[in-house]
Amino acid sequence: MSNQQVKNLAVIAVLILIAVIVPRSGSFVVLLATRALTFAILAMSLDILLGFTGLASLGQAAYFGIGAYLTAILASKFHFGLGWDFWLVTVLGMFAGAALAAFFGLFAIRASGVYFLMITLALGQCVWGLAYRWNSLTGGDNGINLTGGRPQFGLDLSNEVTWFYLVLAFFTAALILLYVLVRSPFGRSLAGIRERELRMQILGYNTWLHKYIAFIIAGAFGGLAGVLWAHTNGHVSPETVVLTTSVDALLMVVLGGAGTLVGGAIGAAIVFGLREYLSTLVPWWQYVLGGVYVLTILYLPSGLMGIPARVRQWWTQQGKDKEPEKLASVPSS
Amino acid sequence: MNTQFWVIQAFNGISYGALLFLVGSGLSLIFGVMRIVNLAHGSYFLLGGYIAISVIAGTGSWALSIPVAALGVAIVGLLMERVFLRPLGFDPLRQVLLTVGFAFLFQQAALDIWGGNNMDINPASELSTSVVIGGIYFPAYRMFMIGLALLIGVGLWLAMEKTRMGAMVRATVDDAQMARGVGIDTNRISMFIFALGAFLAAVGGVIGGAFLGVYPGLDFEMLPLAFAVVIIGGMGSLGGAAIGALLVGLADNFGKALFPEISYFTLYAPMALILAVKPTGLFGRE
Repeated sequence: MSNQQVKNLAVIAVLILIAVIVPRSGSFVVLLATRALTFAILAMSLDILLGFTGLASLGQAAYFGIGAYLTAILASKFHFGLGWDFWLVTVLGMFAGAALAAFFGLFAIRASGVYFLMITLALGQCVWGLAYRWNSLTGGDNGINLTGGRPQFGLDLSNEVTWFYLVLAFFTAALILLYVLVRSPFGRSLAGIRERELRMQILGYNTWLHKYIAFIIAGAFGGLAGVLWAHTNGHVSPETVVLTTSVDALLMVVLGGAGTLVGGAIGAAIVFGLREYLSTLVPWWQYVLGGVYVLTILYLPSGLMGIPARVRQWWTQQGKDKEPEKLASVPSS
Repeated sequence: MNTQFWVIQAFNGISYGALLFLVGSGLSLIFGVMRIVNLAHGSYFLLGGYIAISVIAGTGSWALSIPVAALGVAIVGLLMERVFLRPLGFDPLRQVLLTVGFAFLFQQAALDIWGGNNMDINPASELSTSVVIGGIYFPAYRMFMIGLALLIGVGLWLAMEKTRMGAMVRATVDDAQMARGVGIDTNRISMFIFALGAFLAAVGGVIGGAFLGVYPGLDFEMLPLAFAVVIIGGMGSLGGAAIGALLVGLADNFGKALFPEISYFTLYAPMALILAVKPTGLFGRE
């Protein structure tokens, strides 16, 4: 078995373990896992940009938000998406995320590095501003309650465990799709752009178009995560699209390991675990979160997923001079 | 909507712009010298306000609270740059991500020390009066804000244009590699500028605390506004920050008064457009 196959089997084993263990661990853990899985999809969508294309976005919450607000507005104002048409809403949510990304991408993709970070921040703030102030549509500061409950179509999704399984299924599907994407020739070209965009241009690739498409795909999956979040939370407010949500997503990806897909999921699990579980135990949980994060950036630039490689490197290179390590996924300028 | 409306809104916008200049100019200088976006800059603003509250509670002197808070936060910034950002070398993205971690740590620390309530800073009583000009009431405090920002702005401008240190900073902004080549210690420059940026943000926090209040979450509310200033004005440019702050202050005030439903949109959409068309900002150096 190749190295990659072992890794894939490990991921499958962990997913099965999650499916078996979580429903037996009480309602609090089920809720926690559902939330973490929703954010894991958002984190993976961001990883397509940060880890695989080398674009650090600080506005991923915009696509998350448009998916969530679309779901909430359709459900509360039109009673749409509360039966079989829920599937239609998930597709619409992905389309909305993709369409918004297609529009924003026209502005953002021109920039790179820190400028990309700032322009995505500005675009994300535009969406937040609308959500916060456009009272007649978004309910302003109060947001929208999904009073109709979760969709019903044979499956009783108001049951937390059933809903958890559905979210897990969506997460697995997203993971597989994105995995296929990053292993495809298109995904390889993204990695090429990440490593050295100029070289890819000289090789004849239209790097702008490649980055633009990656941006749209990331937006679509962000929208999907938003749809699921609206039903998980039962409430959508400007908090969903606020800058800190984008920052959270970035934190999850970096914590778990950029450019690994599952790293984002691990990051989401840790952030939600620390934030919602540890916070019930100790009041200083955020120091732990911040501390873990700072230490990861300083000493583990490749994230938690980089630990096995570090151990192996240490094992084989013991005694030799260590090469200085850089954040593998990020261009240095 | 008579003249009075326009005069008052313009005055409010300009005074808000004065506050934004204090926050934005530091962020702009840090970006210019170090090429990093300091996402903990809003936290400096917040910490400045909180420290001032403690100083006022301890000594009763509002005037004393400004320098104490500013120096305190400058030391925090200095330590952060020396101990954490500098060892990462020239790796802007990791440095940016690191400042996020600190923003969270500062948020928690502030919550632990000062609690989650909305607090107020009461300035000296001489400033809580109003001045009547042409039948319109102008709060003295807002006039003081404009005056202070002008004073600091002119001081910074003189320091940048007329002193040797300022020339070294400008050289580093233009081309850090070249500056190192001619023997400028860019390492020391970036330490100095980072501390200065934190200092200015904290002054802003104390000044702004009197009419914005000081509360958890203010840090991430100020951060995007400071960004807007820097981006519109151009990164690393002091004059640009002044014009950017003025534009953002006016856009924010008039936006909220004229089209409340899309007021933030009218602020951030131009910012995104400017970035897309001219990434270095309207007055930034190429």
